Amino acid sequence: MTDLMEVAEGTRCLLMGNAAIARGALEAGVSVAAGYPGTPSSEIIENLSRVADRAGLHVRWAVNEKVAAEVAAAASFAGLRSICTMKQNGMHVASDFLLHLTGTGVRAGMAVIVCEDPGALSSQNEADARFFARMLEVPLLEPGDFQEAKDMTRWALELSEELKTFVILRSVTRMSHASGTVTLGALSGNGKKAYFECTGSLLDFQRGPMITGPGAVTYARTVQQGRLRQASRMFDQSPFNSYTGSLEPRLLVVSSSACALYAREAIEILGAWDRVGLLKLGTTWPLPEQLVLRHLAGAGEVLVVEEPQDFLEDAVKVLAAEQASIAGAKVFYGKRSGHVPPAGELNCDVVIGALARILGVNYEPAPKDYADRALAATFTAPGRELTFCAGCPHRASFYCLHNALALKGKNGFVCGDVGCYTMGILPAGFEVVKTAFCMGSGIGLASGFGKLGAFGFDQPVVAVCGDSTFFHAAMPALVDAVHHEADVMLVVLDNSGTAMTGFQPHPGIGEDASGKRARPMDIEAICRAMGAKVVVCDPFEVEGTERTLLSMLEESSPRVAILRQECALSPHKRAGKRFKIRVDEAACIGSRCGCNRMCTRVFRCPGLFWDARAKVARIDEVICTGCGVCASVCPSGAIRKEEAG
Amino acid sequence: MAGRTLSRDPFSVIVTGVGGQGNVTASRLIASMLVAKGYVVTVGETFGASQRGGSVMSHVRISACHTYSPQVPKCRADVVVSLEPTETIRVLASYGHPETRCVVNDRPVYPVRVIAGEVEYPGIEEIDRTIAGLCRAHVMIGATSEALRLGNPVLQNVIMIGALQATGLVPFTRADFEGLVSAEMAPATAELNLEAFDAGVRLAEQAMGGKAW
Repeated sequence: MTDLMEVAEGTRCLLMGNAAIARGALEAGVSVAAGYPGTPSSEIIENLSRVADRAGLHVRWAVNEKVAAEVAAAASFAGLRSICTMKQNGMHVASDFLLHLTGTGVRAGMAVIVCEDPGALSSQNEADARFFARMLEVPLLEPGDFQEAKDMTRWALELSEELKTFVILRSVTRMSHASGTVTLGALSGNGKKAYFECTGSLLDFQRGPMITGPGAVTYARTVQQGRLRQASRMFDQSPFNSYTGSLEPRLLVVSSSACALYAREAIEILGAWDRVGLLKLGTTWPLPEQLVLRHLAGAGEVLVVEEPQDFLEDAVKVLAAEQASIAGAKVFYGKRSGHVPPAGELNCDVVIGALARILGVNYEPAPKDYADRALAATFTAPGRELTFCAGCPHRASFYCLHNALALKGKNGFVCGDVGCYTMGILPAGFEVVKTAFCMGSGIGLASGFGKLGAFGFDQPVVAVCGDSTFFHAAMPALVDAVHHEADVMLVVLDNSGTAMTGFQPHPGIGEDASGKRARPMDIEAICRAMGAKVVVCDPFEVEGTERTLLSMLEESSPRVAILRQECALSPHKRAGKRFKIRVDEAACIGSRCGCNRMCTRVFRCPGLFWDARAKVARIDEVICTGCGVCASVCPSGAIRKEEAG
Repeated sequence: MAGRTLSRDPFSVIVTGVGGQGNVTASRLIASMLVAKGYVVTVGETFGASQRGGSVMSHVRISACHTYSPQVPKCRADVVVSLEPTETIRVLASYGHPETRCVVNDRPVYPVRVIAGEVEYPGIEEIDRTIAGLCRAHVMIGATSEALRLGNPVLQNVIMIGALQATGLVPFTRADFEGLVSAEMAPATAELNLEAFDAGVRLAEQAMGGKAW
């Protein structure tokens, strides 16, 4: 992995988009970086945390995105450049503070970096955070390749400082999680003394108090809108907006971010550069109006290529309507015309489809007979459903929960939350999870269900959340549940880290983002202090955990079970296997076992497989992590575990 | 310029497998060698939920001049490097064309429904035949068994990189690999990786039977 501090100016290297963003922040002399982990944003903070000491940075995994934004703003108020990072839905968490931050503006440069996940490859939504730029009235930048990811991050901090407002830099999975060729620039030192000047007069946001209040709202919005007009004029000259193609193309394609790369390749594959021009925008709010208008005027028709929502399409159409005398009447294609899918991730083929339809050309990616063979071949490869890793504590936890709920009866269910354990909705988690929304919503919903007894509700309700989610958003909902004495049981699936996004520490861990000692918060003590009854179990002790969960289901006051077992992918666990597992073939009764292949058909750990020819279960040595849980699951004791040496 | 040695521009390689097999690392190693040689390279990956038992692909786009998107368009993969046999078929079905070449590891990673005995995993002969019907040439090697012999299954991805080098399809050499691992890894690890790379070259050469692609 490229060390972001060691590589010299002018070096050409392969950088992940998120690493390029981190390097851009270092080149801008950033001092403070805060974020909450979320795919595809996490590697920005991770990259910065690795160089925090050498670069003299404060890098923080904040408890949630709103706190991350506040931490970054404090640095800006004290004269230090800062960034905060989050995934798309994190913007919704941070937005309350950010809305108010537009009421004062900022001092040193501050960039809010939001990495979106069009197509929801690793999300439960495909929110388009670009609309926040319009709602909050702040500038929006969208890098179109990896070089720009670095260069525009640097520029975002400079621009923010010049305009005195925070700036949103928006990336997507195909930029953040892809890697590309980047030529590095010079690093800037930070080294400023932090000081918050607040002796100036009210409404002097560069020297006075940073206060938003009823009397200042109209004034502050007027100032902010002036900044946007200035931004639009600056954007007209920006090198991050570029045009390729003839001056008066039949079709003008307007695009940004990864979509601009798809559009360029689509035009190339169709050999359509003689008819099509591409206006690639790096600054998408406010629009660089004069630039866009000039290209609109020269074009016959317009296609807007973007994901996941029609943000740019709207803005371009409004401009074209306002300036109809210059732009002329245009035919617009995009999401609203049905040429670009209104939901989901785009790719080059989608753009080829739109262009081919508009230009009236045919495009077949492969010869017909090949396509037929390819289609037939797909039936040869069995599909892969998502599952928990071999040795994952969540499989054991959900197994215990499933059995406890089944024994309790009355159609109990689990309110899920956000993490790997969301897969409790699948057979991998025995399908016990029946609700799945945003961070912290499991216990919030359960707390609501838990007060429906007055309306005849008698189903047992369990909420689950991970250890990181507990701190992020479950705590306030648990307070509410205890306060109202809701009949609810919270199960904290504590696997000792923010596992799904790559093991970032959280407030329950004894170290911070850069590996320094931090004061760990004790989930058990917090829950007890709130007044909940708490037990702690190891889900790998299957029988004991099942018994404990069942007896807790019998109770009715707010209660918490902490199921604690480290993630199978944690660095310690990967080092070795605790148990050596083997199947005693003579004892394995396979399909005759009470539950018909309990271990492979029901428990379904990838470390076990059913050998259909020999009619016995087997252990896959390469995949098995030696957790030993399957030995407890096997009804005939055929799976044997012994301590590995 | 290096561009002369690409048979197409952009030249697209898809490295595929199942989460945890090391294909993300493999694609980055390949891409890093090519960037060092002056190419403009993009690597597209999916991770997150896909890691958990799902198919995982990395798309490597190599060009002498432009940054291409991190997603290979349909039917435009020039080479498929596959750490899992049936994943080769899945990738060819979407990204293959009659001239695609494949380097395939023969070790299955069973999908959950196969483990559960609900669906059958195809025999290796059937997989081999299906792959042959969808590409110009392919070579199948025992990368996982070789990695286990070397002491660690994670080396399977480096063995596949060695096999890819032996096919001569992508412009990098053993010296490029040596330079990369000696710069980025501890000496003992670098040596082990080089040993795995050489094993891959040997296995692919044997499987190709002296015929050039």
